[in-house]
Amino acid sequence: MSRSFRDRIVAIGLGVIAIGCSGSVLLILLWTASESLPALKAVGLGQFLTDERWLPGSEREPQYGALPILFGSVLVTAAAIIPATIIGLGAAIYGEYYSPKFLKTILHRSLELLAGIPSVVVGFWALIVLVPLIAQWAPPGQGLFAATIVLALMILPTVALTSASSLAQVPSETRAAAKALGLGRATQIIKVYLPSSRAGILGGVLLAAARAVGETLAVVMVCGNIAQFPTSFFDPIRPVTAAIALEMGYATSFHRSALFVLAFILVLAVIGLLGASKLGTGIRRR
Amino acid sequence: MNFFRYALGAPCALLLAGCGTDSTSVYLTVTGSSTVAPLLSEIAKRFESANPGIRIEVQTGGSSRGIADAIAGRANIGMSSRELKEDEAGLVSHPIAVDGIAVILHQENPVKGLTLQQLADIYTGKIERWSELGGPDREIIVVNKAEGRGTLEVFLKAVSLDSSDISADLIAGENQHAIKTVAGNADAIGYVSIGAAEAEIEGGLAITMPTIDEIPPSADAVASGSFPISRPLLLLVPENTQTEDSAEVEATRSFVAFAKGESVSDIISAQLYVPIIP
Repeated sequence: MSRSFRDRIVAIGLGVIAIGCSGSVLLILLWTASESLPALKAVGLGQFLTDERWLPGSEREPQYGALPILFGSVLVTAAAIIPATIIGLGAAIYGEYYSPKFLKTILHRSLELLAGIPSVVVGFWALIVLVPLIAQWAPPGQGLFAATIVLALMILPTVALTSASSLAQVPSETRAAAKALGLGRATQIIKVYLPSSRAGILGGVLLAAARAVGETLAVVMVCGNIAQFPTSFFDPIRPVTAAIALEMGYATSFHRSALFVLAFILVLAVIGLLGASKLGTGIRRR
Repeated sequence: MNFFRYALGAPCALLLAGCGTDSTSVYLTVTGSSTVAPLLSEIAKRFESANPGIRIEVQTGGSSRGIADAIAGRANIGMSSRELKEDEAGLVSHPIAVDGIAVILHQENPVKGLTLQQLADIYTGKIERWSELGGPDREIIVVNKAEGRGTLEVFLKAVSLDSSDISADLIAGENQHAIKTVAGNADAIGYVSIGAAEAEIEGGLAITMPTIDEIPPSADAVASGSFPISRPLLLLVPENTQTEDSAEVEATRSFVAFAKGESVSDIISAQLYVPIIP
């Protein structure tokens, strides 16, 4: 076997694998779309947008109001991103510029550990420990607030670790220049280092948002699962993933197809977020 | 290229070896209710060791799927934890056990008994505070089950409601989810399988089961049929299984008879369901 021939075989093989990977995304998208067609045809997109309640299993009058569910996903993701960004970025800045070396390593390792805790464990802990605590001063306990805390905890490591790595990539000339100007450390960070690693931090936040939108097991246990527009920060909500996880195993015909409509919208949302994060990191290269 | 030969060759060889040494002649597929499946898996294990020629594969997917599969012939037997609806025709149902559904409250709740009418009023929001039922002056936290669950359908039927009538504060999925939710909230009310609730109470969890229409939730009350919220666990076979003759149909018949027989009542009791005594 000649070397070039072997190279060609390897190249073709790897090409097939690579195309298969990206093709599977397309297949999932097409498949969810085709599975959601029966409900869209029979019920109509209009009813998904105008019905007030989500009652696909009602024998008297099925309702398919998807807006509170979609809103639930957006709301809980946005609510979780804010504390996760503040704390995560703070941890990254401390680790990068203030902490002693040994503490930085410990910080890093424990963040990686936090990222590795299975979501079902976080959810079960929250259901048994966190929710009863919240229920004492804001019953029923399960709801937007509990889900926000759980999600923030889960995406915090993503924000912290990506921020730390992009802060570490600030060129040494830039650092030297900032120091040479005689700026205080806080000014260096706020005026120089953070702006110069803005794209990487933003990319990390959007990645974390994509994870938050898709997170299921932990959220379904603590969000209360009522499909409604919440009127307070403690009201129960039902994000898309919770709706699917709760009902998919037991749904038949239109009900099942209606869940696929939700799934299709969710996949589109995640693709949109990842696309935005690519654009965000692209800013730096330009 | 050796790598590929191993990677592909090993599983194929195993598969062939598996087929070669296996003297199994009949495979039965059973699909349906996730409540019945764990029970039936145990029964199937015992049946297989008594009948080496027959293999039984148990898959879950909910009662509705089990019923649909049995009608369409995709499964030899369907499992269901609810009665057949009118439009689900062409099947013969064989009850193998009964499951009661208990209402659960937090241990600190002084309410010891409820009627079906009170339950209906609580779940529709007509009764909003525990003080209306002799409890503390606090709001009732209503925990409902997610759409499509067999437990929800049985509960709705018992209190004569449609799912659109219910106004719940929280919705739970699994039995465990409902139990932990009630255990963590002193004002909550929920409903789960009696077996699941009893196991948790024995384990020391802070929940209680009030009487329903003055009947305490217990295996005896469920067995006698006096407990008002209960459901049969059913095996469903196509009607032609009664008449047709083939090895597969024969195996199906003898397995269904085995599952209904007295020799498995210890398995049913161990899983905290109530055996049906003919």
